[in-house]
Amino acid sequence: MSYLDVEPGAAGESLLLTTDTNATFDNQYMSSSLEEIKNEIEPSETEDSNNESISNVTTYEENSSPMSVDNEDHEDRIQDKKWALMDKHIFVLSLAGKPIYSRYGNEDKLAWLFGVMQTLVSFIQSNDDNLISISAGGINFVFSIKKPLILVAVSRKQESVQQLQNQLNYIYNQIASMLTTSKLIKIYEQRQNYDLRRLLTGVERLINHLLDFAEAEPAFLLGAVQCLSLSSSKRSNISSAIISSCSKIKNIVFAILLANNKLITLVRMKKYSLHPSDLHLIFNLVQSTESFKTVESWAPICLPRFDSSGFLYGYVSYLSEDCQACLLLLTVERDAFHTLKEAKQRIVEKLRRNNCLEAINESLAKPDVNCAESGFLEVRHYLYKSKSTAQFYQPSVSPPYNKYGQVLTDLYKRLHQGLHCSARPLKLFFERRANEAIFAWDTVGFELYIIFEPLVETGNVVAIITRLLNWMKEREDNLFHLQVPTF
Amino acid sequence: MLQLTQCEVISNIPVRVNYDLENMKTIIGKVVILGHQGVGKTSTCTRYVEKTFNRHISPTIGASFFISRIKVLDDYVKLQIWDTAGQERFKAMTPMFYRNAKAAFLMFDITSEASFNSMKNWVLELRRNVEQPMVLCVLGNKIDLAERRVVSRDEALAYSKTIGARYFEISAMRDQGIEIVFKFVAMELLRMSTKNSSATSLKVYNTENVNGVMASSSELEATDIGNEEIVNMSINSIAHGHTVPSRCC
Repeated sequence: MSYLDVEPGAAGESLLLTTDTNATFDNQYMSSSLEEIKNEIEPSETEDSNNESISNVTTYEENSSPMSVDNEDHEDRIQDKKWALMDKHIFVLSLAGKPIYSRYGNEDKLAWLFGVMQTLVSFIQSNDDNLISISAGGINFVFSIKKPLILVAVSRKQESVQQLQNQLNYIYNQIASMLTTSKLIKIYEQRQNYDLRRLLTGVERLINHLLDFAEAEPAFLLGAVQCLSLSSSKRSNISSAIISSCSKIKNIVFAILLANNKLITLVRMKKYSLHPSDLHLIFNLVQSTESFKTVESWAPICLPRFDSSGFLYGYVSYLSEDCQACLLLLTVERDAFHTLKEAKQRIVEKLRRNNCLEAINESLAKPDVNCAESGFLEVRHYLYKSKSTAQFYQPSVSPPYNKYGQVLTDLYKRLHQGLHCSARPLKLFFERRANEAIFAWDTVGFELYIIFEPLVETGNVVAIITRLLNWMKEREDNLFHLQVPTF
Repeated sequence: MLQLTQCEVISNIPVRVNYDLENMKTIIGKVVILGHQGVGKTSTCTRYVEKTFNRHISPTIGASFFISRIKVLDDYVKLQIWDTAGQERFKAMTPMFYRNAKAAFLMFDITSEASFNSMKNWVLELRRNVEQPMVLCVLGNKIDLAERRVVSRDEALAYSKTIGARYFEISAMRDQGIEIVFKFVAMELLRMSTKNSSATSLKVYNTENVNGVMASSSELEATDIGNEEIVNMSINSIAHGHTVPSRCC
């Protein structure tokens, strides 16, 4: 048998950067990409978007929310109990122990707890060691020290330390994408006990959304992106409309078109590619910012994996009233709004002329087929990730999981952990459970996770998988974005 | 003497004037909205443009841009409006929005002293960095929360006077006074441009006229426009500490 010949969605060159999800995430950042782009084209330009002074920080009035003291003790205690029993807590604090973010509850009231966390971390550090995790009473306490911040996850869920680390990493990147890491570091160099919440007002909302989003979307678990199903000719029409409309504009680094958390196309500067986790942050931003739908925006966005030291400027706008796809044109020029606005109008005109808007709408309106519809009666759901392109495909969710999404997420987490546990990574995983049989397979080219009916015959599994791979292979042009359009 | 310098300044205004086929004038002017986070900048814009109000609007990221075309008598004024983010972390970006702006809305929340003080800082920043004359409007938002008011009308009015701005009180939630504010800016921009283009039409729009148009608006009752305002179009005069009644020009 030669399953390995069938590798749907594989391509020699990839649209996205393809690092392993669990590869070390520390300092794997491409730095100085921004400088390179700027210098290449305009060597004289020395303006740095980040050197705004933060000297006025000290003079700023302290207006941190005052503690409310009128709550009765009793109510407080009930609140505390509920609070303590939450599934997953996330905390962010500075190295000095100043509260920055708590998923639930008011950080100021939890100051004592942040103090405990800081003490634990610094106590271990004083022995030249790093605190990674504590397990107690079925709860995982996971610490991530990313100077100048400490991030802590406290989870009662069945999640591995690695998966929690990965989530903390996303939160750190979310904060960095709003401020840039160089600014973060600079702030704390100047004032160790700075209250970062002042600079992060409004970002809590993005972090909250990111946590829920990461829970529900397999994209985060897999470190991959799902594409909107489109015929390859339409997709390349769309890409070329973007390329030709932007051809005379300097310094556009990425053009991204997305809809409904799926990628339609991505056009990039030749030398630079985008990491899926940066793209996830963009998805998160677009999804949690309603106002993009109605007005055009000009937003500074730092993509930490691309260059954590500076901002790209993003022209963000939905294509039109009758097509809910969101276009982002990211550039290094801070004054390019009007140029890009005009480019967007040209793009929309071209897409309209080529019937691409219709094609996008059609695909958005029509849900993906579920497993039964595509002839796989024994399969309830599956995830397929093509490693070489960092893209994944999933069919639409069918009963029983449409009502119990959490069950599905937990199953995939379990499977994923099986393949990626650093102590003993498995290549193949099959488990028959009371309610379903679950399967995972890690090959050189892809990862495949399948939820079967509980009574599927083990002997049939191999045949079904082969059929499934062939089914995807036949449709790979639609399901995956296999070209690599560049400016 | 003073009048002369005023007129000189005004004649330098780079307002773009386009003539269309029917010889109708369209004036294009950039307008920036500044203010502390949460004072209601975006709400005011969406109220004006979309006629809607959303209590749970998400904070603006960077800035939003929209265009409003307003007919003033026989002419069109096209406002290119930048609704900026109030959060401190976006502060570094703001100069690119107020650069070359013809008008600025300085907004505060009448229930927040901090937002009023923060607005004063924006005025200082404009004064330091903006050379061209600018129509300034101070907007006190959230008058629907009158019972929680901490910035009195007199205080805001007096402050507006010192910077040569016009003061309006509005409510984005109840849609009070917003139309008038935008109309006012459109008319002021038109006035600036007419002064710029031809000397004969200099007196077409004097203050009485402006007020006359406003008085005819059905929304006058809903707004609280102070009656002592002095319209002043030059930000330069702030630096010199003069307030110049627009009537003089």
